[in-house]
Amino acid sequence: MSVIPVSYYLVLSAVLFGLGVVGVVFKRNIITIFMSIELMLNAVNLAFVAFARAHNQLDGLVFVFFVIVVAAAEAAVGLAIVIMITHNRQSLNVERVNFLKF
Amino acid sequence: MLILNHLWIIMALPLLGAALNGLFGKNWAKSAINSIAIGSVSLSFLAVLELIREFARLTPDQLPWIGNYFTWISAGSFRIDFSLQIDQLTIVMLLVVTFVSSLVHIYSTGYMAHEDGYYRFFSYLNLFVFFMLTLVLGANLIVMFVGWEGVGLCSYLLIGFWFLKQSAISAGKKAFITTRLGDYAFTVGILLAFWTFGSLNFTDMFKSLAQMPSESLAHAGVLTTIAILLFIGAIGKSAQIPLYVWLPDAMEGPTPVSALIHAATMVTAGVYMVARMNPLFSRAPIAMLVVAIVGALTAFYSATIGLLQTDIKKVLAYSTVSQLGYMFLGCGVGAYAAGIFHLMTHAFFKGLLFLAAGSVIHAMGGEQDMRNMGGLRKQIPITYWTMFIATLAIAGIPGFAGFFSKDEILDAAGSGPYKNIALWILGLIGAGLTSFYMFRLVFLTFFGRERFDHHKVHVHESPKNMTVPLMVLAFFSIFAGWFAAPHLVGGTDYFEHFLHPVFAAYAPQGAGVEQAASLAGSAGESGGIAPNPAMELVHAITGPPVIVAVIGLLLAWWLYIRRPELPGKLAESMRTSYRVVYNKYYIDEIYNALFVAPLLFISRYVLWRVVDEGLIDGVVNGSASVARGTGSRLRELQSGNARSYASWVVLGAVGFAVLLLAILGVTH
Repeated sequence: MSVIPVSYYLVLSAVLFGLGVVGVVFKRNIITIFMSIELMLNAVNLAFVAFARAHNQLDGLVFVFFVIVVAAAEAAVGLAIVIMITHNRQSLNVERVNFLKF
Repeated sequence: MLILNHLWIIMALPLLGAALNGLFGKNWAKSAINSIAIGSVSLSFLAVLELIREFARLTPDQLPWIGNYFTWISAGSFRIDFSLQIDQLTIVMLLVVTFVSSLVHIYSTGYMAHEDGYYRFFSYLNLFVFFMLTLVLGANLIVMFVGWEGVGLCSYLLIGFWFLKQSAISAGKKAFITTRLGDYAFTVGILLAFWTFGSLNFTDMFKSLAQMPSESLAHAGVLTTIAILLFIGAIGKSAQIPLYVWLPDAMEGPTPVSALIHAATMVTAGVYMVARMNPLFSRAPIAMLVVAIVGALTAFYSATIGLLQTDIKKVLAYSTVSQLGYMFLGCGVGAYAAGIFHLMTHAFFKGLLFLAAGSVIHAMGGEQDMRNMGGLRKQIPITYWTMFIATLAIAGIPGFAGFFSKDEILDAAGSGPYKNIALWILGLIGAGLTSFYMFRLVFLTFFGRERFDHHKVHVHESPKNMTVPLMVLAFFSIFAGWFAAPHLVGGTDYFEHFLHPVFAAYAPQGAGVEQAASLAGSAGESGGIAPNPAMELVHAITGPPVIVAVIGLLLAWWLYIRRPELPGKLAESMRTSYRVVYNKYYIDEIYNALFVAPLLFISRYVLWRVVDEGLIDGVVNGSASVARGTGSRLRELQSGNARSYASWVVLGAVGFAVLLLAILGVTH
């Protein structure tokens, strides 16, 4: 059984990350943006895991756990913010959340 | 030796008075302001009297007595001490300044009684006395210059005392700016003096001068240059041709100010300076000639203007310019003592004339035009008599103060070692004109029919605090000249004898000039045994100056009392020349066209519109608008739109990655 080369994982990771970036930049729905950020985080996780496996080292795996923990915390705080904004603005459109301007 | 050891007391008293009244006087009662103002100056006068008592005990080798208080400026070899100096010349000046100042202060309590800013007036007046004393007491040119500028400042403040009146403000500025022109030359002269002598102390300068040979009329060197530069300062301060124009305008100030500053003391500072620097001037014959010519020309020229003025104070102003010309003429022909003598007698009689004119103006309720006066002698007898005495004194009628001093000056101009017949004739004609315009003033004001409306003007004699100073000054206008009286019968001229050491100590050595020294010092010494005192006396009181004075008197009497319709006809028949003189030779207009208008044009259209608005504002506004333009572009980045921030982050990350790859690509 042949081993899948690490570059395959990296390409997949890059594609997922690019999708996340495109989602953050072009989507207006704040929930979608949020999900795109999660996607980017997981793309990075994938890269970490792939490298950890390829080099037979545990460091990458440890990082992944950290990222997952931070992502969970971020999801909790972020969703709370989203709820508050939605209460205030009656909208999920991120374009309307620009009151920090100037 | 209290005052001699503490000379500063004399000048500190008026300064204290000025500070107290100026800082706290606003809410004080007039009596409090009066007692501080008069008290400080008269205490200063008493200090001077005490000083004279102590001074009399000094031996000649202790003179000049110098009080050195502290080192004021020290930079390399340049060292200026704050030091004061006492010698005979200072004593005379101190007496005149403090005495006349005290009288003017007393007079002002009556004259200014109904004015706003009472405390301000007395504060300025005290400050003036302080600076004047600094000028007189200074033992080096720099301390003297401080006083010199300080009196100019006080003059400016007091001319513009009624600062709501446009003409007063302009007159103040005119005085300040015009004298500044002279002061520029004066400062250059001081620098050159330091460069030449290595010190600015009078005694040091005179000692190094004593080692220097005299310059001649054919050869003008650095001494002549210094002397002329200093004299240009005196031209500005003492209102001589061509910078005299500020003094007549200075009459916008209150009359006591005209009496004290613009007649008795400040304007004579130039004469004092020339007399003080006599070792320098005596070694620079060309400068002496310049001084004499400027003095004689001014004496004659401004007397002609005085002939036709109708404002009582303007007549006196031109008269002051003219009399200052006599003082310079005296100094210029080597008779420094005569110049200072005239300075002293002039301080008394011209101060009196101004104060009496103020009393007339007071009596007439503010009227200054002599054409609207007349017949006042019965209603204001004290003013009339004192003013008449002063007029006799200035006209040079024998027995009165002005006779002695003016006679000495003309004598020196006509027969001294520096004699100059052309200048003597100019001075003589000027003396005749002086007599004419002064008696014209008296006759127009006090004689003839009354040319004002009785119902509108309530003529009244001034209060005691105004008339008493008049009477005191009248006393001195008669007797201040009598120090020189024995000279007429071949005896000693005590005034010249007193000043002799100042003018003889550093007089240049040489055949022709030794004579000058003896003239400057004590002309009377040789005449101990005159052949016939009675003949000398007759000769003196029937000399040319007296004859022209009497002619002036008679002419004025003929024109303004005997045939009062004649002056109008004369003016009609000589219309053109009358116009020119009446308009003061259009000098103000000429200066305006030559200097003021171009200066204003350049200031307004070149300096303001082009340089200031174009260049300076352009640079400032330009840098501001560049910053604002950049800012307004850059602030669009701060859209507040989270997605645009995210795009920038991505762009940055991509750019960074590309950069990294590029670097890696290059290194591998």
